[in-house]
Amino acid sequence: MTISNTPAITPELVASHGLKPDEYQRILELIGREPTLTELGIFSAMWNEHCSYKSSRIHLRGLPTKAPWVLQGPGENAGVIDIGDNQAVVFKMESHNHPSFIEPYQGATTGVGGILRDVFTMGARPIACLNALSFGAPEHPKTRRLVSGVVAGVGGYGNSFGVPTVGGQTRFHTRYDGNILVNAMAVGLADADKIFLAAASGVGMPIVYLGSKTGRDGIHGASMASAEFDDASEEKRPTVQVGDPFAEKLLLEACLEIMANDCVIAIQDMGAAGLTCSAVEMGAKGDLGVELDLDKVPTRETGMSAYEMMLSESQERMLMVLKPEKEQLAEQIFKKWGLDFAIVGYTTPTKRFVVKHGGQVMADLPIKELGDEAPLYDRPHIPSPKLPVIHAREINAPLSIADALEKLIGTPELCSKRWVWEQYDHVIGGNTVQRPGGDAAVVRVQDGPKGLALTVDVTPRYCEADPVEGGKQAVAEAYRNVTAVGGKLLAITDNLNFGNPERPEIMGQLVGCLKGISEACIALDSPIVSGNVSLYNETNGRGILPTPSIGGVGLLDDFTKSATLAFKAAGEAILLIGETKGWLGQSVYLRDVCGREEGAPPPVDLAAEKRNGDVVRGMIHAGTATAVHDVSDGGLLVALAEMAIAGGIGATLDAAPDATVPQAWWFGEDQARYVVTVPQQQLMTVLSKLKTIGVPCQQIGVTGGATLSIAGERAIEVKALATAHERWLPAYMNAAN
Amino acid sequence: MKSAVLVFPGINRERDMARALKLVSGNDAAMVWHADTELPKGTDLVVVPGGFSYGDYLRCGAIAARAPVMDAVRKFAADGGLVLGVCNGFQILCESGLLPGVLMRNAGLKFICRDVHLRVERNDTPFTRGYQAGQVITVPVAHGEGNYEADEETLKRLEGEGRVLYRYCSPTGEVGEAHNINGAAASIAGIVSERGNVLGMMPHPENHVEDIMGSTDGRGLFAGLAEHLKKAA
Repeated sequence: MTISNTPAITPELVASHGLKPDEYQRILELIGREPTLTELGIFSAMWNEHCSYKSSRIHLRGLPTKAPWVLQGPGENAGVIDIGDNQAVVFKMESHNHPSFIEPYQGATTGVGGILRDVFTMGARPIACLNALSFGAPEHPKTRRLVSGVVAGVGGYGNSFGVPTVGGQTRFHTRYDGNILVNAMAVGLADADKIFLAAASGVGMPIVYLGSKTGRDGIHGASMASAEFDDASEEKRPTVQVGDPFAEKLLLEACLEIMANDCVIAIQDMGAAGLTCSAVEMGAKGDLGVELDLDKVPTRETGMSAYEMMLSESQERMLMVLKPEKEQLAEQIFKKWGLDFAIVGYTTPTKRFVVKHGGQVMADLPIKELGDEAPLYDRPHIPSPKLPVIHAREINAPLSIADALEKLIGTPELCSKRWVWEQYDHVIGGNTVQRPGGDAAVVRVQDGPKGLALTVDVTPRYCEADPVEGGKQAVAEAYRNVTAVGGKLLAITDNLNFGNPERPEIMGQLVGCLKGISEACIALDSPIVSGNVSLYNETNGRGILPTPSIGGVGLLDDFTKSATLAFKAAGEAILLIGETKGWLGQSVYLRDVCGREEGAPPPVDLAAEKRNGDVVRGMIHAGTATAVHDVSDGGLLVALAEMAIAGGIGATLDAAPDATVPQAWWFGEDQARYVVTVPQQQLMTVLSKLKTIGVPCQQIGVTGGATLSIAGERAIEVKALATAHERWLPAYMNAAN
Repeated sequence: MKSAVLVFPGINRERDMARALKLVSGNDAAMVWHADTELPKGTDLVVVPGGFSYGDYLRCGAIAARAPVMDAVRKFAADGGLVLGVCNGFQILCESGLLPGVLMRNAGLKFICRDVHLRVERNDTPFTRGYQAGQVITVPVAHGEGNYEADEETLKRLEGEGRVLYRYCSPTGEVGEAHNINGAAASIAGIVSERGNVLGMMPHPENHVEDIMGSTDGRGLFAGLAEHLKKAA
């Protein structure tokens, strides 16, 4: 065998592939010779942070991933859970942060496209998308353009592909000025006994390339996503791929059709690191070798080298191992959908990854080692320093309660995000029971009666202040949001966005958040079934707020019994469930009203979360609760205002209890709390029942009227609150830069 | 009612449409592939559903209008058959010459998905007989290019001949720029052909047909069609 070795591999070339000298040494030892340029490219694609999880793997191992209802945990294209009746939910969340900062529209579209492929690769039809977007401060000169481009991109792809985008988060914070976050989550539905996996089986099986042609776009995309940014990063625009939702829609229909015709042995989408990563995974997982003939790969441009083809991240492509006897049928189906179909290689018994081009061997590498022997780092990490607990009595209220509410309800943090979600088709499919704007979205499963409760949550300022409590809180809030619509949280997907892991304090944030997430997942009985890690979210040495986005999937046995946050009728009792101490540290009130972003975040009592959640869910199922809302950012009064706005009904509220500091009572962010309304005739029964089982609960007011009226405070018109709530984002986006 | 739902590559609301047709009429719709040259025998309603046919990378609906199946649809319409086009379907019907005018980008230049109010302008047509004249219904829109425009002469004719069947309006039925979500001429949401047998509309009545999903305002359109076709049969 001859392997041509031009150009020469220099230390500069190694460094430009993002490989450290010791990592290159590892390659030399592994293959016993100098790699070819193509091989160097393959190693850089497989061993970068994005694909190898080399800094996080050691810590991800400790996460809870199992439960009787988990059909597939992390390690495949997406996680799978069983919801009964042979129905399975397939879901995952993934980041597309770096590309979206460089080219917001295409970065966001390809983020959505990638996660949709992960889901339908497993045999599921996507039924919902969600996303979590973090932008820089509104006054930063780039923010408006980035918001506009990302939102248009998320919508542009999902709307055309034909999946409802039903929920998410949009936040602004100066720590994302140079490094925005675009986390996209997709949820699909499959038959539990027809889940397709990546592992190839059988020697001599045809490996088929499907979908769009390969071009030079996205070369080294995964390596870019594993590097820090600097001022020259925008020059990396050519490494951002271009999305084609039309091609993806065809790929979806064609894939589901050939799966239904029992043609598929193994399937893997070409995402990060394209052909390289997909082919290696299929072989390595099946204990087989793979031989590819690049002359057969459909290309969009002439003269592409082996190196370029192996590293291209052109979108809307799949790799499949077909049952040989079904080859013709599969080809017919793909031709019908107008998609490229080419046999580009075969499985071999050698456990080697061989790439040929123009009759020459361009790469010949041990396939298992490419993945298994990737560097693994136990990077030094130091825990974040504990911040002091801020006592409510130390905080002077600069505004009256009513004025503070009017201010908070219209802040970038708490204002309505309607401007965003109205650009997403959230009704296609005819199954959207609860649209964006509530606690969790509810999507009917086929013709019902089952429904899924879907949410994405994280409070980055808590994670920064105390990674362990912040990690817990992200899961706890997902649990509460699912509970507040009547769902039972079953499993989560996590998208861990952090700064440079080579800095011990950043690594400490990652380790801390994972510890908190683990504890919460165990306590709330919801394992992690899929996820993604995005590190090096830094620009010029300044890291983002630690942002472990948590995507929650819950089940409702009967979607018609789901609860919404809107007040339903006048004269109903308003109950606060859960304990209120008045925790102002890291609250939106402290930051946006008092101008102080400080202190320890609210602690999370997981046992209380579970107990209170079970009670609220029980009240929803029993039909006792007429409106339900979890209390989170902004605290109790913001939750009440949101309920009033949604229902167009006001409320008369008791004054803060004597023992409390009023601003802490109304705006504190104590966890494990819900506001629930119940009809007056059920009030006594509910109160006595909750007392018996030891769940803190008190009546705090009565619904009705056109204002929110707190005893001793100026009454606030619900209409004025609604206007303030809706005003900021469209006004901001319409303003000139 | 024997409906045929056209499926062009990139169409994505064909399932929603088939489900609504089945729910209201009890019959399964035939799904007809874009490359077919004939409609199923006995078809009495052709539906062009929403989506992004061929990606809509050219002008919306321009490629679909030239697909093989459209010759059969043009013939079907020329023979007086009922044709309903929704969203991308409306765009396709305009591009194929079955309806006048064009659908431009929304005046706000952004995709809009929300519930809107529509005023039913008359109820003596197969497409509106399930409603009262002047009735206000609530159905969702989901489009980026729904801004209906035509030359003055055409608009005058449409109005004069009573061919505007649905208009964007306030919750109480007032028509005006404040309620005209996409900037359409005369707040037009849906029009019929000269013979009255081809309807194109931007909103999605097929997404509001089930009580348990919160609204049945879209049902009247399909129920009216079923009623009309039953009488005709």
